[in-house]
Amino acid sequence: MPKGRGIRRITTVMNQKLKQILSLNNSASLISSLMAIVVGLAVGFIVLLVSNPSQALGGFGAILASGFGDRKSMGQVLYFATPIIMTGLSVAFASRTGLFNIGASGQFIAGAYAAIVVGVKCTFLPGHTLWIAALIAAMAAGALWGLVPGILKAMFNVNEVISCIMMNYIGMYLVNFLITITVFDSLKNQTMRVPANANMPKMGLDAIFSNGANVSSANSGILVSIIMAIVLFIILEKTKFGYELKACGFNREAAKYAGINERSSIISSMLIAGAMAGLGGALLYLAGSGKGIDVVDVLAAEGFNGIPVALLALNNPIGVIFSGLFISYLTVGGFNMQLYSFAPQVIEIIISIIIYFSAFALVLKGLLQRGGKRR
Amino acid sequence: MSILYFLVQQTMFFSIPLLIVALGGMFSERGGVVNIALEGIMIMGAFAGILFINTYQGVLPGQPVLIIAIIISVATGVLVSLTHAYASINMKADQVISGTAINMFAPAFAIYVARMLRTVQQIPFVNEFRIESVPYAGSIPVIGPLFFQNTYITTYLGLIILLASSFVLYKTKFGLRLRSCGEHPQAADSVGINVYKMRYAGVMISGGLAGLGGLVFIIPTSTNFNATVSGYGFLALAVLIFGQWKPSRILLSAFFFGLLKATASSYSGIEWLKNIPIHSNVYKMMPYIVTLIVLAFTSKKSQAPKAEGIPYDKGGR
Repeated sequence: MPKGRGIRRITTVMNQKLKQILSLNNSASLISSLMAIVVGLAVGFIVLLVSNPSQALGGFGAILASGFGDRKSMGQVLYFATPIIMTGLSVAFASRTGLFNIGASGQFIAGAYAAIVVGVKCTFLPGHTLWIAALIAAMAAGALWGLVPGILKAMFNVNEVISCIMMNYIGMYLVNFLITITVFDSLKNQTMRVPANANMPKMGLDAIFSNGANVSSANSGILVSIIMAIVLFIILEKTKFGYELKACGFNREAAKYAGINERSSIISSMLIAGAMAGLGGALLYLAGSGKGIDVVDVLAAEGFNGIPVALLALNNPIGVIFSGLFISYLTVGGFNMQLYSFAPQVIEIIISIIIYFSAFALVLKGLLQRGGKRR
Repeated sequence: MSILYFLVQQTMFFSIPLLIVALGGMFSERGGVVNIALEGIMIMGAFAGILFINTYQGVLPGQPVLIIAIIISVATGVLVSLTHAYASINMKADQVISGTAINMFAPAFAIYVARMLRTVQQIPFVNEFRIESVPYAGSIPVIGPLFFQNTYITTYLGLIILLASSFVLYKTKFGLRLRSCGEHPQAADSVGINVYKMRYAGVMISGGLAGLGGLVFIIPTSTNFNATVSGYGFLALAVLIFGQWKPSRILLSAFFFGLLKATASSYSGIEWLKNIPIHSNVYKMMPYIVTLIVLAFTSKKSQAPKAEGIPYDKGGR
């Protein structure tokens, strides 16, 4: 075989491979998400530049670099990522069945409360069983909070966006009420502290991610959230149950026609989504960082932050791990940016711009895929 | 009797912003665009309006300041809604996503700008817009204290907007065209209606009204603006759905919701309610629980615009 032809064959094979990769759904998603991130960061930089030109570069550098700046910051990234990965999973999972779970906030706080109540009241449980029981209670409470919009949607055709919003407020007021009659620390106006064995095991993570004696809040919660992401991924991609859920998301009528019980799919999807958000609540408040639920009339922000996490990951559970870490990374950067006398809200501005352009990115993704096929 | 007057006046403060914002949402959704960004637009409108009041209060007399603030809030709302319109109409993006982005952007932007301008995030204002008693009308027995005392010009503005919306939606060519774009845009297009233009109009009206609603909500119920409208944009969405996308029913559901809210916030001032041993948090939960129950009974025959939330693609006819 002449040499030239061999090379030509190799290049054509390579081209084919490249085309395959380019036309793959995943890489198109990645490119479009990355573009949204670049635009968001650029807008953030412009905001800094407009508000204080002399400090802008330093502040922007803090956003970009400080999450990796030292070991403690890396640990804090893991700590802040844990709850939003869970609420992100919650939103993403429901989205795959065509449901917009804006109720993760209520599910989150319901789970958080259940975990703390078990932690404080069930001290008869020995050793590790206490935190395990607390996590299970949190999942049950979150699932219950997700179940209500699920049933209302499946049985009564109630728009899940509205019922989820209502459940957020009911959850907030109910939890505030229940705290004051059960586990209230009236001095701090928040929940009592749980005993040490109700907290998630540190598994040495706090020591790995520390600046000497100055330990971070990293704990095994991040591992739980990663395991949950993998479990949800397997459910969605490898099981009949997951296939049915997705079929309902693509086309409810067609799914019904194909013999899928779309009502039970909606209910189970919201049930699982609620359990995930509830677990997120437990993982935040059982992190051993001394944080308690404050009794204030404010919805839990972690629930709403799950929405951008899910959107950025295009509702892929594995992607949620990375988008959760990314948003957490920016958040930690935002704290450190305050050294340059900028308000940390610039991070939320950046994230909102990223979401806005990721909505465009879906269109862009369609174009990329179409372009890939045509070639 | 004075309790009744008090409760009605309080109900007005809570109902009117809900009414205005829900009517705004109606224009957007009847045109076929879901506007979940109402909350964020309210915050932006209130922010711009209150910032203006904070700056010019004392320089200009009371009511004129309010009127200019109203105009500024409306303009800001329209401006913000344009971003939503662009994403959902031109880019055919998921309307929930761009709405979520605006909801996240607005409070962050309001806090950031306030802190950069004034170092604190709260923007205080002096409430000098309250009308003790409307001349002549306020002295009518019963009706006077109910509707013309302890009030604001924004209350009447809200009612005017209700009448105008009802007229525009049902009695004008524009209203008919807008509704057709929300029901069957392909058919509308085939008879020469510019669907994109109509949808832009719907979203912009909703933006203007939401911006106004933000200001109208903050002024009677607060003394400073802290980058939040307490979820009223979301509540307005519930009122809109509860009101089945119709002005008259939106009015009813806004007052129903406003009454429950007013009861929750002022029950301790009412003797016989105070004596019933019910926790304040239970009262606060009531509007939401009742809404859920009512929705369960009324949603079966939902009359949502048929093409709502679906981007219109000319090529997809």
